[in-house]
Amino acid sequence: MIELHNVTKTYLKGVQALVNINLKIEREEFIFLVGPSGAGKTTCVKLILKEEEPTEGSIFIDGQDVTRLSRRKVPYHRRNIGVVFQDFRLLPNKTVYENIAFAMQIIEATSKDIRRRVPMVLGMVGLSDKAASYPYQLSGGEKQRTSIARAIVNNPSILIADEPTGNLDPETAWEIMKVLKQINRRGTTVIMATHARNIVDTMQQRVVALEKGRIVRDEQRGAYEYEG
Amino acid sequence: MKVRTVNYIFRQGLTGLWRNRTMSIASIGTVAATLIILGLVITLVLNISNLADLAQMQFDEIQVYLKDDLFIAEIDNIGKEIRMIEGVSDVIYESKEEALEKFKESWGEEGYLLDGLEKNTLPNSYIVQMDNLELADSIVKDLEPLKGIDEIKYYKEIVDELLKAAKFVRTIGLIIILILILVAIFIISNTIKLTLSSRRQEIGIMKNVGATNWFIRWPFLFEGVLLGLIGSIVSIMVVYYGYQYAFNAITSRFYLMLSTYIVSVDEMMKKTVYIFAVLGVGVGALGSIFSLRRHLKV
Repeated sequence: MIELHNVTKTYLKGVQALVNINLKIEREEFIFLVGPSGAGKTTCVKLILKEEEPTEGSIFIDGQDVTRLSRRKVPYHRRNIGVVFQDFRLLPNKTVYENIAFAMQIIEATSKDIRRRVPMVLGMVGLSDKAASYPYQLSGGEKQRTSIARAIVNNPSILIADEPTGNLDPETAWEIMKVLKQINRRGTTVIMATHARNIVDTMQQRVVALEKGRIVRDEQRGAYEYEG
Repeated sequence: MKVRTVNYIFRQGLTGLWRNRTMSIASIGTVAATLIILGLVITLVLNISNLADLAQMQFDEIQVYLKDDLFIAEIDNIGKEIRMIEGVSDVIYESKEEALEKFKESWGEEGYLLDGLEKNTLPNSYIVQMDNLELADSIVKDLEPLKGIDEIKYYKEIVDELLKAAKFVRTIGLIIILILILVAIFIISNTIKLTLSSRRQEIGIMKNVGATNWFIRWPFLFEGVLLGLIGSIVSIMVVYYGYQYAFNAITSRFYLMLSTYIVSVDEMMKKTVYIFAVLGVGVGALGSIFSLRRHLKV
């Protein structure tokens, strides 16, 4: 469960990225963060990851006040959250398998666990036959699926996707959405920041709309915008 | 720390080293140069203080050189006066001929070269033996007012000169080394910065996935330490062979007579190897820590 209490984020130059945000995301929920560029979606993501600190307010994740987390504990907090970005962020000199295994190596997982988990998540995202390929040999959709596999390989309870379909054609975008929905069904909370109107409209999930750093709309089974 | 983590750190460190070969070589070179100069200073200082020790042992007498234009009676008089000084146990006269003879002996087989001298320029002298070395200063003070004396040589003077020289070399050397150490730290921190920027993306992913700060830092620290360590190994080799060469050259050219005055190669290395290793590693670690503090926000 994620809770934002009266969260305000003002950047150094006085830019107000978020103003007094109150938001509650339940366990195993699927939620879209929508809004124009600069509305505060990415800031929201960064706050949850504790890449940024809120200027005011507090953020609770599973009952733990993240804003009070000591620096030393931040890595362990992040292990609980998988992240997927628009630009995939794969390491070009590693294969698909190695890219995913890397995420386990750096949290010091045993090689036995790595050999067990990596093929499993590759199967989940439908990339079992691409394990030995390098990123440059993959299509955009395959790259994004690799990055999703990496995000979930350590079994986080939350998956955050920041514009995951931004660089993909509509058909491929749907592939990705299917994967995300499937992950959500297995019990992972999914937060997806996006511009993609037709995806949001079709998925019929909770939609939180941000504009100029404020929540302007929050509805279950919502659409990108009110019609008319 | 787990074995595979150590493995990972080693591999990443070595990769970083190899990826920025040019800078790595520059870093190793600066560390080595710094330590070689340190070696030079240590060599000089150790040898000079060794000489000072030896001088103290061998010059336990005071040598009083007499002026050249004295009559025999005057010389005798001076001898008597010296004998009167408190603390003097014995006085031996050494004529200029005897001095030359001694000198020839010390030259060994080359002694015949001195036969060609037209004029013996060595002075007549008294060798003053003391009851107690500590009295040297007061005896010298009593000797100074005597007439007919040209120069008084005693161990303390020599030792003082040597110690002064050692101190001078040490001070100048330390300043140079300090500057060089700063340069080495700076260059290493730049090398690490290069590795950091070439791995920026990887580090970003590591942070997102939740690698601990030290897991991210270790490879860079290891790389810096490795640079310093290789630098110190290079310098140890250079100093070892350099010193051995110099030692052999000096002792064979001037014959064994000098070999007792020079610290042996083994002795020298025993004293420097640890200093070099510790300094090399320390400089490397400091360089990478500076770089990590500046360029890696975790």
